[in-house]
Amino acid sequence: MSDKLLEIKNLSIHYFADKTVFKAVNGVNLSLERGQTVGLVGETGAGKTTTALGVMGLIPSPPGKVVSGEILFEGKDLLKMSASEMRKVRGKKISMIFQDPMTALNPVLTVGDQITEVIKLHEKCSSLEAAAKAKEMLEMVGIPAERFSEYPHQFSGGMKQRVVISIALACRPEVIIADEPTTALDVTIQAQVLELMTKLKKEIQTSMILITHDLGVVAEICDKVAIMYAGEIIEFGDLEAIYDNTAHPYTIRLFGAIPDLEKDVDRLEPIMGLMPDPSNLAPGCRFCPRCANRMPICETTPPPEVEVTPGHMVKCHLYKEGGLA
Amino acid sequence: MSRYILKRLLMMIPVVIGVIVLVFTIMYFTPGDPAEIMLGESATPEQLAAKRAELGTDQPYLVQLGNYIKKLVLHGDLGTSYTTGQSVTSEIVAKFPTTFKLAFMSVVVAVFIGVTAGVISATKQYSIFDHVARVVALFGVSMPSFWLGLMSIIVFSVNLGWFPSSGFDKPIQWVLPSLTLGFASAGTIMRMTRSSMLEVIRQDYIRTARSKGQTEWVVITKHALKNALIPIITVAGLQFGGLLGGSVLTETIFSIPGIGTLMVTAIKQRNGPIVQGSVLFTAVVFSFINLAVDILYSFVDPRIRSQYKSKPKADKVPKAVKAGKAGEVSE
Repeated sequence: MSDKLLEIKNLSIHYFADKTVFKAVNGVNLSLERGQTVGLVGETGAGKTTTALGVMGLIPSPPGKVVSGEILFEGKDLLKMSASEMRKVRGKKISMIFQDPMTALNPVLTVGDQITEVIKLHEKCSSLEAAAKAKEMLEMVGIPAERFSEYPHQFSGGMKQRVVISIALACRPEVIIADEPTTALDVTIQAQVLELMTKLKKEIQTSMILITHDLGVVAEICDKVAIMYAGEIIEFGDLEAIYDNTAHPYTIRLFGAIPDLEKDVDRLEPIMGLMPDPSNLAPGCRFCPRCANRMPICETTPPPEVEVTPGHMVKCHLYKEGGLA
Repeated sequence: MSRYILKRLLMMIPVVIGVIVLVFTIMYFTPGDPAEIMLGESATPEQLAAKRAELGTDQPYLVQLGNYIKKLVLHGDLGTSYTTGQSVTSEIVAKFPTTFKLAFMSVVVAVFIGVTAGVISATKQYSIFDHVARVVALFGVSMPSFWLGLMSIIVFSVNLGWFPSSGFDKPIQWVLPSLTLGFASAGTIMRMTRSSMLEVIRQDYIRTARSKGQTEWVVITKHALKNALIPIITVAGLQFGGLLGGSVLTETIFSIPGIGTLMVTAIKQRNGPIVQGSVLFTAVVFSFINLAVDILYSFVDPRIRSQYKSKPKADKVPKAVKAGKAGEVSE
């Protein structure tokens, strides 16, 4: 247990608007071991980004609020830290790569300035040293150091994401949270950026939580996978466990929605229905209305977390400890 | 950049011509004869006719307008004041420093109060401070500055005796008029700062700045305020330009010998050349302030800077290159 670098326990984050409560994240358990990459997969609105922002302590408040849970990082609860302690963690120990590189960079500051900033915040060095380090970072992500004094609008989307990555990695953090880092990019650039990220992750020996809805990407670079649905992690396990012994009906359907090159199919199989409204969640299993295998118990009782095989956790009434119910 | 400035200067010419024609026409058709006002009621018709001939006001409208423009273009001569006999230029030059001082101090007051209050209001949206600041700003915007001036004279000069009510020689005399004018402008600037900041602090790059572990103070002052600055500069520039034209009412209330007072007196005396000259001067100053504001944009926002640079070049670039986004470098 000691090698767990980051452990999220029973985390719930709700957004409060007027009299409605949006339950974005509900009792999430997730752990990240040193050097690992965990993929956090789910549809839009499943609570992936909210979970990530919760770890960073960046939930916009109001309206958002962490209502329960613990986020243990190197044994300390991030949620109990003071604002100034948390500032020493952000950017230095845990850093985040954001979804949309077009808007993640400040348009009126040079990219060099924006990389130097994070270095100066966390490392004791002169401005010159920080700038030199920032240039190193630029070279590391494949941007010539001469472009240090240029502004974000002078870079293309892929280049901007490289800059965002270099900001996130500048202080060699223990954990990187990458929130759909390639969603806003062209497919060809996506591959480049992913390759770069895995390479750099190895170089600076960091752990990563990769948020995505692309199961192909997960298969390529993750060690473990967590499937998220309506604010809950419904299945979690090693890459092999999830891909070869898929347990949860939702995950099975998710894989069913991926086109297969070898089979000749006219139509993909969509998952009927929509994600439940986070302001009006049913008492039982959240996936129940869309589930092909639903049973009466699903509508009334939330399924417990069960370990079907060691390390492979599922939240579904179809299963009990050790296998099928 | 210099090409851009040159273009803007050339664009001022039609503005100036328009102002000349408009003000000249208004003064020409305004009832009242300057010769009569200058010589008094006892003047004989012969004396009046002689005076009119001397001033040139007996000529037809177009001839007078033509003469005025000819003198202005060829000699830079704005004419002579009917009352003092001095050149209009020297009269304006004598009054302008006072007006400039007042306008400058008012804008400093306005920007200081407006930006500070606006930033606090935006970062603490819907707090007590925000509500109070918005009400005070609304008050500042809606109160006419002459009323505010009169009230401040009653309270601070007459009742409390802290500041003199008139004059503009000693620094202590600057306080009330600058605060009066500054307060009115501060309301507008505060509201603009607040709305602009509210928009900016929701942007992703603010979250990026926070994710670096940056302190809230730096996030707001360095990352947010600089992005919110463009509309604030625009408003502050307009206020400054307006004030440089002489705040006619405030100058009159506080008996400040600036452009505003000069203009009011001149209008009362049908002193055409002075009115004409000072309005023209004001219009030109205003245009220059606008130009200065536009140039200032480019210092704040690099995207605007590259626009100024790339525009003149665009004419020479072949069409195929032009179609690709200028300034963007691909992978």
